[in-house]
Amino acid sequence: MSRWLRRGAIALLVVALCWGLDRLFEAFLVEYAVRIVIFCGLNAILAVGLNLINGTTGQFSIGHAGFMAVGAYGGAYTVVQLETWLGPSLTALPTFAQQAVALTSGVLVGATVAAIAGFLVGVPSLRLRGDYLAIVTLGFGEIIRLLFNNSETFGGATGYSGGRPLGLTTYTSFFWVALWAVIVVTVVAHLTRSSYGRALRAIREDEIAAEAVGLPTTRLKVMAFVVSAAAAGIAGALFAHLQSAVRPDDFKLDRSVDMIVMIIVGGLGSVTGAVLGGIFVAVTLELFRQWAEYRLVAYALLLVVLMIVRPQGLLGTRELDLAAVGRWWRARRTGGAS
Amino acid sequence: MSGGRPLLELREVHKVFGGLRAISGVSLRIEAGQIFGLIGPNGAGKTTLFNVITGIYRPDGGEVLFDGRPIGGLPPARIALMGIARTFQNIRLIGEMTVRENVMVAGHHRRGVGLLGTVLRTRRWSDGERALRRKADELLEVLGLSALADEQARNLPYGSQRRVEIARALMLEPRLVLLDEPAAGLNSKEADVLKEQIRWLRDTFRLTVVLVEHNMHVVMGVCEHVHCVDHGETIASGTPDEVRNHPAVLAAYLGEPSVAGSGAGS
Repeated sequence: MSRWLRRGAIALLVVALCWGLDRLFEAFLVEYAVRIVIFCGLNAILAVGLNLINGTTGQFSIGHAGFMAVGAYGGAYTVVQLETWLGPSLTALPTFAQQAVALTSGVLVGATVAAIAGFLVGVPSLRLRGDYLAIVTLGFGEIIRLLFNNSETFGGATGYSGGRPLGLTTYTSFFWVALWAVIVVTVVAHLTRSSYGRALRAIREDEIAAEAVGLPTTRLKVMAFVVSAAAAGIAGALFAHLQSAVRPDDFKLDRSVDMIVMIIVGGLGSVTGAVLGGIFVAVTLELFRQWAEYRLVAYALLLVVLMIVRPQGLLGTRELDLAAVGRWWRARRTGGAS
Repeated sequence: MSGGRPLLELREVHKVFGGLRAISGVSLRIEAGQIFGLIGPNGAGKTTLFNVITGIYRPDGGEVLFDGRPIGGLPPARIALMGIARTFQNIRLIGEMTVRENVMVAGHHRRGVGLLGTVLRTRRWSDGERALRRKADELLEVLGLSALADEQARNLPYGSQRRVEIARALMLEPRLVLLDEPAAGLNSKEADVLKEQIRWLRDTFRLTVVLVEHNMHVVMGVCEHVHCVDHGETIASGTPDEVRNHPAVLAAYLGEPSVAGSGAGS
């Protein structure tokens, strides 16, 4: 029982920390900077999720923007329905409670629909070996975007704003993004450091050997893919309520490429690496926004340089923890002294 | 032949790749507790037979019965969990993982906890992980690999990697173990040790062992029954002495003018 008590305490501490940071950022940062910090969090969710399938399991998805879109539209639609249904009883609540009710439902639904989409895409394509998943997910990402682009219900190319002049309610704050980022990182880290993680890595390295030791490879791959899609759905739903509308153009191939850059920079297969990669992409995108049209060129160059200099990414498959940083620092100091 | 139901039985198994008849009509019976040798010249179809038994290939005809149940065409993971474990000719360890993890991964089906329990890290999760770790450490201990448990598998010398593969196979708690050329790359002294190890494995874990092997010294020294195939067909089956002196076997190996009329000497 003390196990759950300790965890409750940790959870409370995490919530307090997220809230504290949220207040701190609100108080000391300009709105623009807060937005960048929020994108760091969203990217961390996306990267950690994508890394589970691309890095740990070794099945390459290049259409995760599609799952993000499904989560964004699904979440926004749910929240709009909820707002109309609850009406004044929702708006009567304090702001925080409104966010809690509306955004949590949106995120949960977004994650669920993205997971279902992941299941439907994953079951046929993950049965096959090789690069089929890459091709299928690439197609899926584009199909989803074009579907929303042509859908009357979801506002077509101008985007979905719930049919209101003021658009969607902007519930998403740093607090919620940070909280969901912690949840996603915890879930993925627990999966990776368990029997499931070993099984997924075995599939990545040698599928025949994995089968021979009794691993249901297709089922495990689909599981990893569904969790990964759900994470993208969570990020999508949070992203939707950051602005007044969800636009199909937000989910172009560029975004899938961004996600891949995040995990390759951070190190395929490393949870903490993915978080760092996510932050890296959020920050560089803002720093170089004036040269935004060269972004794909710049990322391509970056990947080429990275493949030459450090093919395993920043962290490789290792994880960053404070003890490791301490060891590295000491080794560096003693190495420098000699 | 002894009576009763054999542990593994192949009845008229066929496997065709395009126009190549890799296996045509092979039948064999492997009794529980036996050490069974499968021999034949290169390309005779021995590894193909292994792949049919373990489900990597689906047989194009005939029946594969394990303990009386048909398993031909089942997915490899199902067959592995039913109790047939194997090692590979070209060792297939997960090089990126430690020796202990390589063994533990074969116990995934006994983790005792689902996805939700894993994510929540329930007590059952930690109990399951601990049990897997203990079991893996026990196997590494009996195979003399304890000192290497935390090494990356790819850093191990060849002989140790073979033993890790055996430990991993045993983690499945199999009844039948298929060893694909365990003596490959061993010198004659090491091959002698291997013979002892195979007998010891069979007795300690109450296994049935099937051996694909080119090293005749090992095959004749340890197997109780030897089955020889060539061009996908059975050419001899019996005790080591019977098979060793069988004219068709001599013809297949030495390329003498064909005695069996199979055209092997052309």
